[in-house]
Amino acid sequence: MDPELIKDCVHCGFCLPTCPTYVLWGEEMDSPRGRIHLMGQHVEGTPLTGVMAGHFDACLGCMACVTACPSGVRYDRLIEQTRAVVEREHVRPPDEVAIRALVFALFPYRRRLRAMRLPMRLARRLRAFLERVHPSLGAMAELAPDAPRPVRLPPLVRARRRRRARVGLLTGCVQGEFFPQVNAATARVLALEGCDVVIPPRQGCCGALSLHSGREDEAKRFARRTIETFERAGVDAVVVNAAGCGSSMKDYAEVLAGEPGWAARARALPTRDLAEFLTELGPVAERHPLPVTVAYHDACHLAHAQGVRAQPRALLRAIPGLELREIEESAICCGSAGTYNIFQPEAARELGDRKAERVLATGARLLVSANPGCTMQIAAAVRRAGKGELRIAHTAEVLDASLRGLDPGMLGWSPR
Amino acid sequence: MTELERLTARLTAALPPDAVITDPVRLRTYECDGLTVHRATPGVVVLPETAEQVAAVVRLCGDHGVPFVARGSGTGLSGGALPRTDGVLIVTSRMRRIIEIDIPNRRAVVEPGVTNLAITEAVRDRGYYYAPDPSSQQVCSIGGNVAENSGGAHCLKYGFTVNHVLAAEIVTPDGEIVELSAHDPGYDLLGAFIGSEGTLGIATKITVRLSRAPEAVTTLLAAFTGIEAGGQAVSAIIAAGVVPAAIEMMDALAIEAAEAAVHCRYPAGAGAVLIVELDGPRAEVEHEFAAVERICRDSGAFEIRVAASAEERAAIWKGRKSAFAAVGRISPAYIVQDGVVPRTALPRVLAGIDRLQEEYGIRVANVFHAGDGNLHPLVLFDDAVPGEAERAEDVSGRILDLCIEHGGSITGEHGVGVDKARYMPRMFTGDDLDTMQLVRCAFDPRGLANPGKVFPTPRLCGEVPGVRKGAHPLVEAGIAEQF
Repeated sequence: MDPELIKDCVHCGFCLPTCPTYVLWGEEMDSPRGRIHLMGQHVEGTPLTGVMAGHFDACLGCMACVTACPSGVRYDRLIEQTRAVVEREHVRPPDEVAIRALVFALFPYRRRLRAMRLPMRLARRLRAFLERVHPSLGAMAELAPDAPRPVRLPPLVRARRRRRARVGLLTGCVQGEFFPQVNAATARVLALEGCDVVIPPRQGCCGALSLHSGREDEAKRFARRTIETFERAGVDAVVVNAAGCGSSMKDYAEVLAGEPGWAARARALPTRDLAEFLTELGPVAERHPLPVTVAYHDACHLAHAQGVRAQPRALLRAIPGLELREIEESAICCGSAGTYNIFQPEAARELGDRKAERVLATGARLLVSANPGCTMQIAAAVRRAGKGELRIAHTAEVLDASLRGLDPGMLGWSPR
Repeated sequence: MTELERLTARLTAALPPDAVITDPVRLRTYECDGLTVHRATPGVVVLPETAEQVAAVVRLCGDHGVPFVARGSGTGLSGGALPRTDGVLIVTSRMRRIIEIDIPNRRAVVEPGVTNLAITEAVRDRGYYYAPDPSSQQVCSIGGNVAENSGGAHCLKYGFTVNHVLAAEIVTPDGEIVELSAHDPGYDLLGAFIGSEGTLGIATKITVRLSRAPEAVTTLLAAFTGIEAGGQAVSAIIAAGVVPAAIEMMDALAIEAAEAAVHCRYPAGAGAVLIVELDGPRAEVEHEFAAVERICRDSGAFEIRVAASAEERAAIWKGRKSAFAAVGRISPAYIVQDGVVPRTALPRVLAGIDRLQEEYGIRVANVFHAGDGNLHPLVLFDDAVPGEAERAEDVSGRILDLCIEHGGSITGEHGVGVDKARYMPRMFTGDDLDTMQLVRCAFDPRGLANPGKVFPTPRLCGEVPGVRKGAHPLVEAGIAEQF
């Protein structure tokens, strides 16, 4: 909790209406301005009480406040530092410790996630029971999608036309296990647009979950490994199709700031979000018509953390026949926020319902979301709402369908 | 058990479970509003959701003789919502329902915690908007706007909050729920209530006027080498009989801050920029625009930009609307001052501010609603440098002296609050202040509603000079005086 960063806040309150928890509860201490005030209190010597930690834990880390702040307060840095302090100083109750241990021993590791396929399917049937054991377990059971057939990606996919770039693809943990078809679509789109796609088979977790939960050392370990992996791949860009992963990889230089040599290597890592990269590259492949109405969901770690809002919309609009609709309150988080919907199931559920309501109000047939966490969260909320014939897909899948002239009826999956 | 503790127990019983805040760490986050130099941790915070709950809290405060302060979004710039350590802070941030939108009668009924901008957003697609637009409109609450009689860039043509509120349901300081309407015959009590800064009660439901969005809007940005030329242009525009929707001016330092914050890309080398917005029927706007453009050129504008689209208009306004907070980028701390001078006195007052900057070695950035002479000098200082905060405070006070000297006022729209109470005697005589006090006593004889605000010295009500038996203990202690 850098006092200099805290001082930048002039208490104007412009962040308040953009903060999901302030929108829900209307309390100062659950707004960015209030949380920065709490950080200030701690820096001035007030001990980190359970109450204080609770308000930091309740922050989704959606970074909508960073977008809204006219004074340029680095709330993103502040909350990361604060979470690390909470992890060091705050003694959590045993049930929280156990749930956290479970999540952090599971999600960043693809092989362990794969081993969970069968238990997960079982868990959905046992949801009511798990909910009683612990709300976080109930939330996990509700969120888990049907695990699809695994897709094995080759280590190299060659460009399907004159090569314009050589890119690396981060396959991600949750993306890779629960949405392997998104990675396959991403690789096909990149290849059709003239890229050699290197997919290092032994890549690990990028560290996003750890970084956004204050587990600093773990995050650094994952970051170093990811940097090494893609340095070896020798690519012009590392393309990421999961918003949370992309945003944490763009933060590597700050994560590894204290480590000589690594900070420079982190800065040199050419991380790009898929939509950002495709827009910079410019289209060459033919877009076939795709007559479908689409609602585009702004993932916080794409819109707020990376400032990528226009590019995915432009890519979608460029598809003939596709009609793009805006979701009301698009800047407010859906409640997924990495591990938030597991650790704070109640608030996440309220935000999820709020988002689902607005998504369904667009009347669009397809929801496009570029973050696996958001996808699972909104799918669960739509399932709860129990109405509408909504299907969900990633930007890459929509582009893939257009490039290959597929039937739009087959696009995406139904959460019901 | 203190009185406050006894009251807290009763508040807890009267309100929903999570509506009473007593944890010291939580309470401290409410210690100040948008003006951070004044801080006081509230004794207890309540978050009511209905008018009945507000009334219940106020009645309980009365039972225990405990003062209360109302707060909306906490964006005020005069410390009007500064809490009392011995009192209750009543926060309206959970009262944010839009109750009714009545387009045929051009009105909307909203709860006090609804943000100013939310009203416009709710009716925009039907071609209407809520006219007052303080720079903090995306966050400030309509209840706070009523308390402060907030203005905004467009009040030159459209007036202040008082011109756009048709009725208000209020909780009086004795806990009664009363409806005040602009159409009531007799005294304009609604008029008295609006701008009373929480000293006459708490608004719990507000009926606002909705305005038809104008047929045409043109926004022009003119860059001048210096602030004097810009000031001349302002006077000439008004003298020509044009009433723009807004005329805003920023000086070089304010432009630098806005540039750093939002990259507004105002013309390079500008010593001052003028933003002029014209709205109304298309023919009228076109005619007036030609006049304004000519006047700006004649006054020495070296670059004029015209917004061709809503996006370009937003880009021009972005720099201006973010200016206050943006100053945080070029200075560790600052005071936002708010004063008014007659338009014709602008050049002299600005020259006076220049002299103060030199005398004290303190930088002042100027942002103002030039059309109605409402200045917002931003006094910059570094609180880490010993003595600088005090010097900045002096400069800030002397700017108000300048305003009064030139026939102006100590506040245009931010209110008196706690910050400017001490300047009230510079503007008003003792008799003036006593008369205002009588109005206050009529509403709040026990002085429990936001005490310590607006008036320089706490005074007591209901005791007519001459009939009292001996001095009141507070008078004896020098805390209060009687009239």
